[in-house]
Amino acid sequence: MFITNPDFLAEFGFALTTSFWMILGIAGIFAIYLLFSAFFAFLNGLLTKGKEAKGFGSLKTVTFGDESAVVANRIASVLGVLTIFFLWGIATESRLLPFSLPGPFTGDSQFEYMARNAAGETDTGTVYFRVYSRDQEVERLEVEDNSPGFAKDDAVTILERRSAIVRAQNNDDGGKEDGYTITEINGQPVEADDVVNIEGAEVLFTKRGSFSVRPNQGMTMEALFLPPPEKVWATFLDLNANGYQGVSLWENVFWSLARVVIGFGLGCLFGIPLGYAMGLTGWLRGWFDPIVEFMRPVPPLALIPLVIIWFGIGEQGKISLLFLAALWIMTIAARSGVSGVNISKVHAAYSLGASKTQVLTRVIIPNSLPDIFTGARVAMGVCWGTVVAAELVAAEKGVGKMIIAASKFQLTDIVIVGIVIIGIIGFGIEVLMRMIEKRLIPWKGRG
Amino acid sequence: MSGLLIDNVSMTFELPDGGNVEALKNINLDIKEGEIVSVLGPSGCGKTTLLNIIAGFLAPTAGQVLLNNNPVKGPGPERGMVFQKGALFEWMSVRKNVAFGPSMKGMPTRESDEIVNHLLEVVGLKDFKEKAIYELSGGMQQRVALARCLANEPDVILMDEPLGALDALTREKMQGLVLKLWKETGKTIILITHSVEEALLLGERLIVMAPRPGRLHKEYNLPFAELGVGADLREVKKHKDFGKTRDEILSMIWDMEEEIMGRTENAA
Repeated sequence: MFITNPDFLAEFGFALTTSFWMILGIAGIFAIYLLFSAFFAFLNGLLTKGKEAKGFGSLKTVTFGDESAVVANRIASVLGVLTIFFLWGIATESRLLPFSLPGPFTGDSQFEYMARNAAGETDTGTVYFRVYSRDQEVERLEVEDNSPGFAKDDAVTILERRSAIVRAQNNDDGGKEDGYTITEINGQPVEADDVVNIEGAEVLFTKRGSFSVRPNQGMTMEALFLPPPEKVWATFLDLNANGYQGVSLWENVFWSLARVVIGFGLGCLFGIPLGYAMGLTGWLRGWFDPIVEFMRPVPPLALIPLVIIWFGIGEQGKISLLFLAALWIMTIAARSGVSGVNISKVHAAYSLGASKTQVLTRVIIPNSLPDIFTGARVAMGVCWGTVVAAELVAAEKGVGKMIIAASKFQLTDIVIVGIVIIGIIGFGIEVLMRMIEKRLIPWKGRG
Repeated sequence: MSGLLIDNVSMTFELPDGGNVEALKNINLDIKEGEIVSVLGPSGCGKTTLLNIIAGFLAPTAGQVLLNNNPVKGPGPERGMVFQKGALFEWMSVRKNVAFGPSMKGMPTRESDEIVNHLLEVVGLKDFKEKAIYELSGGMQQRVALARCLANEPDVILMDEPLGALDALTREKMQGLVLKLWKETGKTIILITHSVEEALLLGERLIVMAPRPGRLHKEYNLPFAELGVGADLREVKKHKDFGKTRDEILSMIWDMEEEIMGRTENAA
């Protein structure tokens, strides 16, 4: 059994520890976010003190536990979003803010080392280093050392947040001879693997006798991991104007949406009649029940490999995947719409002289619309999630394809723009569906 | 012969565990055209089953129901139903609900609209013609249900506790409306109810059913429905026989309930 295998235990233990530290980090950031919330809540309390709340609900004395008395505080919503942007800004040295968390060290600094040569003499040399920022031109640092001692000065130019190895002995007289050793950094005796903090950096004295100069990282995020908000906005404008890899942003969006609409439409076209059939005849319910109940819990993403094997990576693969994602949801929604009809309505219709067809079209179908709409909302959400994932695997165009292509070049700003667009469109779909629902079935929940 | 004949109807349900329940046993009832009959009984006496058999939603295991000498084989427009609640079509306006029956027969809107206008006037909802069902109160909804049933010109109206879900005041008003409609239209009405008072007020003939097996227990011929047409129902209730009959029926039903309870306790 793999459970008793020590390799497995080590691997699983490692998985647990790493996730623990990751969760701890996320919890830390979340705690900071909550502190902001508490601070603003306190301020808000001070500002609204003495002002009486208005409205019927304000006279309720029991509000803790009364769900209807809890209304989302819109001030809190606005501040909550602003705080996210604020934290994003200060963590990425955004130029939109007058201040930020301390950034990485840039500029010039130096440290001294003392070396002893084979003859037992000692001398000091200086290592000059210049740390430059990515968006600046840099003049490389050069030194010329004409001092009489055997230890000659060194110079190195380092990109911010990166480290550099300095082999100080290379230019020292007799630095390659046996017996040459470096003994001190800035007056501090060192042995292999010791770390010495100096201004703007830390220096690791390696086993091979070289210095690893690591400039201070600061507390901000590198743009590779998280670009500042204005950079993301600029990227959005650029994508909007020029597209990415020859495809315009809106063409990408169009392709993703078109796949969702076609797949969802096909799912409805087949799923709804299938659901009605299952709701109306015992034979067909029995016939399709095993398939539907089996396919319903299979996540569409698990079908991607099979769909690619069957249909290839072309459009029909992605659309058939979305079709399958929508099909079962719509089938089940239509089926429960039929089962949910109050038998009195059906009896009343027959007693009023309706035929079977009339009962279907005038009673069962309109009665099932609320269930079908609920299903359609879920199906649209699932389809939208599935299309992005399907495009991650294989696509020529589409928002998912755009972000996976950008991620391969570490263009994090494009990835973030894509994610935000995906989120906004998903939200837009939900809002649109609710509006249509309100229009088409005003009686929902009021029968 | 015209009228409704319930001819030796029995209904036995088979239980999943192999046992049988005799919901109805040898029911014989002859209801003349234009009669208003109320059916009363403790829960489980099969009164709703009987109504469903008359409506044609259930086929009896023995016997048959004849309407104007034609055996009932299924639901049909000559037997209208009024349900307790939830039977209106929420996706249609009041007008479309009332016009449902005529439109099923293919009657053009112009013609059915006259019927709708007339009936909404009768039930007092003429200003609510274009309203949605969910905008109406429970009492108004039952008025729509009555109008919808009448629009179809049925020979018999079957009412399954039509006023059961209404509050006491609305219920009293609706009882007056039912009597008025009965007198004006001359329809045969069979009404099932839990309320002894309602059964007395609305039944020219009152039938008390007994449970296990469901059967006819006692029948009364009463003057109150006739007296109540167009009159104040509270006055009718002061009639000397009203209280006496009510108490008699109440203790009859009370005894039946007691017997059921006792049997259940002995079984346990």
